[in-house]
Amino acid sequence: MIKLGVVYVLVGLMFAAFALLSATDAANPKRFGNAAFWGLVALSFLAGDRLGDLGNGVLVLGLALIAGFGLLGRGQPQTTSPEARRALAQRFGEKLFVPALTLPVVLVFGILVLKPLQVAGQPLLDPKQATLISLALAALIAVGVALILLRQPLISPLQEGRRLMDTVGWAALLPQALAALGVVFALAGVGKVIGDLVTHWLPMDTRAAAVAVYCLGMAGFTMIMGNAFAAFPVLTVGVGLPILIRRFGGDPAAVAALGMLSGFCGTLMTPLAANFNLVPPALLELTDRYAVIKAQVPTALLLLIANMVLMYVLAFH
Amino acid sequence: MLTLLGVAVVILGFAARFNPLLVVVAAAMVTGLAAHLPPLTVLAALGKGFNDNRLVTVALLVYPIVGVAERAGLQERARTLIARFRGASPGPLLVGYLAFRQLTAAIGLISIAGQAQTVRPLVAPMAEAAAEMRAGELPDETRQAIRAQAAATDNVGVFFGEDIFIAIGSILLMVGILATSGITLDPLQLSVWAIPTAVAAFVIHGARLMLFDRSLRRLRAGAAE
Repeated sequence: MIKLGVVYVLVGLMFAAFALLSATDAANPKRFGNAAFWGLVALSFLAGDRLGDLGNGVLVLGLALIAGFGLLGRGQPQTTSPEARRALAQRFGEKLFVPALTLPVVLVFGILVLKPLQVAGQPLLDPKQATLISLALAALIAVGVALILLRQPLISPLQEGRRLMDTVGWAALLPQALAALGVVFALAGVGKVIGDLVTHWLPMDTRAAAVAVYCLGMAGFTMIMGNAFAAFPVLTVGVGLPILIRRFGGDPAAVAALGMLSGFCGTLMTPLAANFNLVPPALLELTDRYAVIKAQVPTALLLLIANMVLMYVLAFH
Repeated sequence: MLTLLGVAVVILGFAARFNPLLVVVAAAMVTGLAAHLPPLTVLAALGKGFNDNRLVTVALLVYPIVGVAERAGLQERARTLIARFRGASPGPLLVGYLAFRQLTAAIGLISIAGQAQTVRPLVAPMAEAAAEMRAGELPDETRQAIRAQAAATDNVGVFFGEDIFIAIGSILLMVGILATSGITLDPLQLSVWAIPTAVAAFVIHGARLMLFDRSLRRLRAGAAE
């Protein structure tokens, strides 16, 4: 059975290559900062299970110090000029889309064909992680297709990957770091404290007030915790079940589903949902770190109101 | 109440635009102190959480293929492709992408597109090129606004499409939490309730994209005078 461990080794090797190439990049005045940062990420993926919890903690501290003290620069891997790219685009034509399309095609093949496959009575792919394993496979095959079809140099996937990686910089590791912070918050009981505050101090004597507390609470709590998954159990056990479902007779499916979707509105508005809201501005080279959140806030607020109206009107018979 | 000091550190740290990785470590330490946990225990918990959540970072494996395709001119080709459609405009283009993202996410195909693999190399350049076709060279501010809208559209599409798919994590979490409270639900019962919000998301965000398109046109008219 192919497990996620194989994929971690692949990711680790990729970052190790980024670290080595960074160290030799004379055009980047902070090249050793980059080499150290990506080297630590490589270490985490290749040997994280052998470092011990404290070892991993020191690793996170190292990443934070390198990023926090501005030791991370931007490498200058050799690449094609804008003029050369326009010429290549002309020459290759629609062929250029083939590698980009290979990625989703192989991914879907992995999910639909490889995932159900059994070899010697065992599933070929770890069923819980089939999507990520398929994604890794798709990324490898797409690189192969691009190298052959577009006749790119053998080193280019690593150099171009490093170019994008340096463009995004520390933000790329933020989602994982925030997930780790969530673990510490859970250990200290942060969720429970906030849940108690919400349930004890807010008025919920009418159906409308209870709907508002639950939906706004889901959105607000999600903004603080960075994802709706952390907010849902606290608010559903604190407000959704006892008040909306038991006292006011709400349909459990409608209350839960619309509550979760209210949480998603919060996800659109918080920098703590870093992979959705902070990585894209880095990838798109926007000067305002919060530009994507600002573009999403009006949609999120209107949709939050829509969810409350839907719940108030449809969830109670 | 002191337990919430860590949350305050996060909010203030992000608002003051300190480096978020440092903010995370600081918030973890403050939370631990407030909960009377020794610093090394907190650091170990943070390290364990980091190691256990490595799967969050696996998606970065798509960067090399995106980079190679860009090296060979993918962004430029995407621009040329959109220029063939005379009537193309950023608003309708992004509305189309929103519909595509919602519909494919609804059948579970979430990772077939995304910020790295589609928005950066394809959708954002296409939207920019569509705006340029009428207005010529765009001011940097407008260019950035278009890119931000493209990224936002990807997020809205995924968030309000994926819950229609029954095997998604959030649906399974809801089934699990309700089951522990003695309420047994089928995933399908929950996922049908995602449909009204998905429609609302399409209408609201779609309308905003069309308004954005109109504001771009007005800008253009102003520039032409």
